[in-house]
Amino acid sequence: MPTVDSAEARLPGTVTIDGNEAAASIAYLASEVIAIYPITPSSAMGESADEWAAARRPNAWGTVPHVIEMQSEGGAAGAVHGALQAGALCTTFTASQGLLLMVPNMFKIAGELTPTVFHVAARAVAAQALSIFGDHSDVMAARQTGFAMLASGSVQEAMDLALVAHAATLEARIPFLHFFDGFRTSHEVAKIGALGAAEVRAMLDDARVREHRRRALSPEHPVVRGTAQNPDVFFQSREAANPYYLACPTIVEQTMERLAGLTGRRYRLFDYVGAPDAERVVVLMGSGAGAAEEVVERLTREGEKVGLVKVRLYRPFSSEHLLAALPSSAQAIAVLDRTKEPGSQGEPLYLDVAVAVAEGGRRARVVGGRYGLSSKEFTPGMVKAVFDELRRDRPRNHFVVGIHDDVTHASLAWDPGYTTEDSGTVSAVFYGLGSDGTVGANKNAIKIIGDETALYAQGYFVYDSKKSGSTTVSHLRFGPRPIRSSYLVQRANFVACHQFSLLERLPVLELADTGATFLVNAPFAPDRVWDRLPRDLQETVLARRLRVFVIDGYRVAREAGMGGRVNTVMQTCFFALAGILPRDEAIAAIKRSIAKAYGRRGAAIVQKNCAAVDMTLAELHEVAIPQAATSTVVRPPVVPADAPTFVREVTARIIAGKGDELPVSALPADGTFPTGTARFEKRALASEIPVWDEDICIQCGKCVLICPHAAIRAKVCAPDALADAPATFKSRPARWKGAFANDRYVLQVAPDDCTGCALCVEICPVKNKSETRLRAINMQPVAPIREAERENWQFFLDLDDPARDALHPSQVKDVQLMTPLIEFSGACSGCGETPYLKLMSQLFGDRTLIANATGCSSIYGANLPTTPWTTNRDGRGPAWANSLFEDNAEFGLGMRLALDKQAEYACELLARLAPVVGAELVTALTTADQSDESGISAQRARVAMLRERLRDVDDNAARDLASVAASLVRADVWIVGGDGWAYDIGYGGLDHVLASGRNVNVLVLDTEVYSNTGGQMSKATPRGAVAKFAAGGKPLPKKDLGLLMMTYGHVYVASVAMGADDSQCLKAFREAESYDGPSLVIAYSHCIAHGYDMVHALDQQKALVASGAWPLYRYDPRLAAAGKNPLQLDAKPPSLAFKDYAYNEGRYSMLAQADPEAARRALVLADADVRRRWSLYQQLAAVACSAGPEGAA
Amino acid sequence: MIDLSTTYLGHALRSPLVMSAGPLGEDVDAIRAAEDAGVGAVVLPSLFEEQLDIESRDLDRHLTRGTESYAEALSYFPAVGAYRLGPDAYLDHIARVKAAVDVPVIGSLNGVSSGGWVQYARLIEEAGADALELNVYFIPTDLDVDGRAVERMYEDLVRDVCAAVGIPVAVKLAPFFSAMAHVAARLVAAGAKGLVLFNRFYQPDLDVERLEVVQDLRLSTADELRLRLRWVAILYRRIAADLAVTGGIHDAVDVLKAMMAGAAVAMMTSALLIHGVGHLAVVRDALRRWMEEHEYTSIRQMQGSMSQRAVAEPAAFERANYLHVLRSYRQPSR
Repeated sequence: MPTVDSAEARLPGTVTIDGNEAAASIAYLASEVIAIYPITPSSAMGESADEWAAARRPNAWGTVPHVIEMQSEGGAAGAVHGALQAGALCTTFTASQGLLLMVPNMFKIAGELTPTVFHVAARAVAAQALSIFGDHSDVMAARQTGFAMLASGSVQEAMDLALVAHAATLEARIPFLHFFDGFRTSHEVAKIGALGAAEVRAMLDDARVREHRRRALSPEHPVVRGTAQNPDVFFQSREAANPYYLACPTIVEQTMERLAGLTGRRYRLFDYVGAPDAERVVVLMGSGAGAAEEVVERLTREGEKVGLVKVRLYRPFSSEHLLAALPSSAQAIAVLDRTKEPGSQGEPLYLDVAVAVAEGGRRARVVGGRYGLSSKEFTPGMVKAVFDELRRDRPRNHFVVGIHDDVTHASLAWDPGYTTEDSGTVSAVFYGLGSDGTVGANKNAIKIIGDETALYAQGYFVYDSKKSGSTTVSHLRFGPRPIRSSYLVQRANFVACHQFSLLERLPVLELADTGATFLVNAPFAPDRVWDRLPRDLQETVLARRLRVFVIDGYRVAREAGMGGRVNTVMQTCFFALAGILPRDEAIAAIKRSIAKAYGRRGAAIVQKNCAAVDMTLAELHEVAIPQAATSTVVRPPVVPADAPTFVREVTARIIAGKGDELPVSALPADGTFPTGTARFEKRALASEIPVWDEDICIQCGKCVLICPHAAIRAKVCAPDALADAPATFKSRPARWKGAFANDRYVLQVAPDDCTGCALCVEICPVKNKSETRLRAINMQPVAPIREAERENWQFFLDLDDPARDALHPSQVKDVQLMTPLIEFSGACSGCGETPYLKLMSQLFGDRTLIANATGCSSIYGANLPTTPWTTNRDGRGPAWANSLFEDNAEFGLGMRLALDKQAEYACELLARLAPVVGAELVTALTTADQSDESGISAQRARVAMLRERLRDVDDNAARDLASVAASLVRADVWIVGGDGWAYDIGYGGLDHVLASGRNVNVLVLDTEVYSNTGGQMSKATPRGAVAKFAAGGKPLPKKDLGLLMMTYGHVYVASVAMGADDSQCLKAFREAESYDGPSLVIAYSHCIAHGYDMVHALDQQKALVASGAWPLYRYDPRLAAAGKNPLQLDAKPPSLAFKDYAYNEGRYSMLAQADPEAARRALVLADADVRRRWSLYQQLAAVACSAGPEGAA
Repeated sequence: MIDLSTTYLGHALRSPLVMSAGPLGEDVDAIRAAEDAGVGAVVLPSLFEEQLDIESRDLDRHLTRGTESYAEALSYFPAVGAYRLGPDAYLDHIARVKAAVDVPVIGSLNGVSSGGWVQYARLIEEAGADALELNVYFIPTDLDVDGRAVERMYEDLVRDVCAAVGIPVAVKLAPFFSAMAHVAARLVAAGAKGLVLFNRFYQPDLDVERLEVVQDLRLSTADELRLRLRWVAILYRRIAADLAVTGGIHDAVDVLKAMMAGAAVAMMTSALLIHGVGHLAVVRDALRRWMEEHEYTSIRQMQGSMSQRAVAEPAAFERANYLHVLRSYRQPSR
């Protein structure tokens, strides 16, 4: 590992923060009103602003900004617009779809020449798929709004140019969109020069602030804005703002100069670096400039005439300034866009530059290329490939770089081994699990290095797509010179693997440089570790002459009272081995960092972490490396050899972390993927799995019902089906009457798919009479039984499924025998949402279309590499799609309309083709009773017969009928989403769809918080619960969505909590589905965002219902039609104090710790909310009803 | 005029009725009402060191669970400026109670570590408590720990705490010692100025229907008084410390018995939970009435009047009493 000089004290005025914090800190200082809505990767900006406001941190004028979370980005933009009109200094933060929702207001704000800054962590816009990662497709979709656009390419720039934007907008009166690359910049932690209130005051002209206020609406000097204009004057009015746009570039240039005067950091509208006489020039904006600048530096050192133009001010686009920056010697120019505009002449920056060059009379050849979509790595090798291309006589135009396009052959080849990393910079990579604290430890390490030494430091973190058992890879760099490398570590001097099991799953030494240090956390003695390493890893150690160090981090952590979190232990090892600071100083710095990071959580936690530090070094050992590889451990195949071709050739490579290597041809052009692929991704996360005690089991099926990952299954089968069962395969006589009376009951766990949440054990109603701690299913270490259980699982899968027509779907006991059609999702261990989806899939999955709102359920439901939605043996299963966050109800309604229209058309065609089809079949098809599964099954047979009869008919109508014949079979539409969708952003649409009367089923998975984006308050959040944007506890009660929808009268509404009453839940699902009209099921879903161990979730659901805070009820309009009260309360009156439920959860108890008085007040009010609501429901349920003239449905 | 005053832990009290550590002590208004009802002193609910550790650990878990795992949700809770962990809330409560009432306020501490006992004792003193009650709630389940070791642990912690604070320290004890009198003497030698007899360990019950261990709070009954009376009577004037009876004091007669056995104060919790804080006034008035009727003029007059050294039959408090009781038992007639 290279040594780094850390002798100097820390640089004055530096901070170690990420790009979001850098931008948000300036925005906060420069604003009075901040209206936001969370969206990745910008959420942290709004959250920081809210936390600062909650802590009464003042802005640059000494007053605390008002921060408000809105119901959508459209709402945030509207609030910003209004606040601007009323004279406030205003800002917002957003990304991607969120920015698109702001576009209408952006036109207005710009049209009215209103100064403001929108800070955007630029992210891909969903097209063939959603992506949370960074590119410029969102900001480019806003370039027509009239906003000025300023691009930052690093954390430092995110802070500096944020200030330039806030200063320039006031003078220019043109609103600014300040953007930087999502994740690469927004989430990169770096040591930068800090700006504070003084700099903000120095840069923002108070006179301009007052001018802005003078222009505001006021009854003291009233004006009208937002008129409707006609053909006579609109055009002229639109042109009237031209002088402001013409002046804007110069204003920005002057503002940048003022910043340079304050900080010494000089920016220009277009920054040029490279040879003054460059012949080949690359033009780009954003973080890619970091990699490009490194290449330019290296090539110019090597005598090549190359250069780079970094675009800062993209709108208004100043050709004059671009041409001034571009060397006149430039002969070939490649303009790189981080976006794609299908069907265009070229991407936007390319077109702008091409026009500027042409209009400026330059003779240079200009070509355009795309790179880096959705945070695709953009490396020095790729930049070099572009420069190499420009050397050709006729450089390729409209190329792509960074992928292999084997379809339209637009890609440039690049050398992945080409590197420009500073040899004085130390690079380190760390492989860990989300749950072990690796990322947090590395963030602390960067802060320590940044704050305690003169070194520059950079950290970037890669997370996987799963919410349970997710792996993380941390990329750290530190060195004596500023770090510009805007790409992942390519050659690491230090590699750490914090989880021994990852050695078999990930190529952890892929990035290890020759002579690097390799640290591994292993539960083995130092002299036993070598033989446990996979063979190919041993070979890499020998070939690259690595030094290997080992610590049994889990033992140290356990002994220090840290449980499973090895973060502090491994961080201490890193400092001991990296030698950045003398050991004593490093230890002291780590302890200071612990006190800072954990001090607020109480002395006990600080003490435990410090104890772990003290215990670590004695346990850290170097491993003696033999001369040759000795291991017999080989990596298991990623997917089984008999998996489908697509899974083997595409999915498996994504699972293995090799998705970047897939060519364009490997991927579907329209984003359509096969379902049922999660079963091939065996993640083997659990260290303990449930084991069935068949002797005491009562076969109730509750464990099967509650399992979030469908990893526990039950079947009944004839005894002879078990003749060839594996030796350890268990069964017992089925405790059923009727069809299964003589069968055997089997309950089987999927050992590689279970996440070890233990909800199955908690829900088990049986206790062992000899040892009451034991249930009929108990957690046991998986290692000794894994192989046997794998065999058992495979045998179980091959058993026939019980015949559905022999099952009683109204019984939980029978539902366990229905095949789940969502399995092994990436949801959190112990997830409270997935059991509802699984139940829905068991009951109706073979005839269901799902419209899924963006959120947790869309992520665990369809985040590559694999998909959990699957099919039954007939190949039928849920067909699933996600449109957006805000439009999901409408999206589902559209599905319903299509199905209904096609069914209607099919009936019309049937009538027309009756002579061909046969009158009897036509009648049967058009009048079929499909109210139950046998009816549906019979109709499917009729449709098959219809198709058969139509097969040879040479008639257009017959072919048409065949194409819509499937619509004659009853199909459900389930509209699924979380509370953020249903209560907030999608509420308007949900309301409209339910009001439409159409037959759709809405399932709201209510976690009472925005779970997927990290716990922001929604209108479903209960009073007194702490959430992001409700740091002081939500001050107002939860919105009563069910009650609102009951007022329509024609909407079936149910409130369920499976953990409290599974029978009521099952009844509600079946009623909702059977109701020929709109239905709404609001399902309480426990969530890790509630702040307690999910193993207690079912007890908490019972307590929740017992407290009255979640009344179970069903409102069935069919009862009203029959003259009965449609509202049935399914829970007893509250019998538990709200406090006794709530204070088991961190979201409530935290407030008592943070602000006891506020917590006490909230508790009193929350208690009153519960009583008031219960009383209201009781009254509603007691009202005598009579049948309406037509009934409700 | 009946004189109800007494002295406890160096403080002159207007009445021997003391509100002992319990949930009512969490509410300043309830304490104010107790003062209005004539309480002589107030023991605040215990500060549980273990609880502070648990709160810290739980909060850390809540704030850590699921974080830095998934790119869209790197955390689930806002960064709140400061949590009131540790003893802050308890110490503020002491200060608020002190400001609200004139009667002596006794802090109560239930520690688990030797460092914790001393640290929190000092903080309680600094917060303004007039005295400190050490609530030693320890159940020795370790097969390798003998009785001497347990006694030494008690003694050490009393010595450490008494050396660390200036306010008088009382020790609330369990009755489960082989040599109760000896232990009492050793604790007094270690610095205790008072002994509170006895701690009521909450005993778990078994639910045979649900096959669960039930942990619920059973309030004390007057039957529990006898054990306390015996040991107060035995220890009275034999050790240089004030004695307090806690557990089983429900009415004025119970208070009289405690006083006559030799207690400086009689502590109440269960009766107040059952009847409300106003019950203190009822007991006080009944006490006065009884004393008037029986021509007592002061509490001090009766204190220790039926202690072992003052009664005609000292053996009644010892083994001889056991035999006597057995002989006196008659099968109820059927």
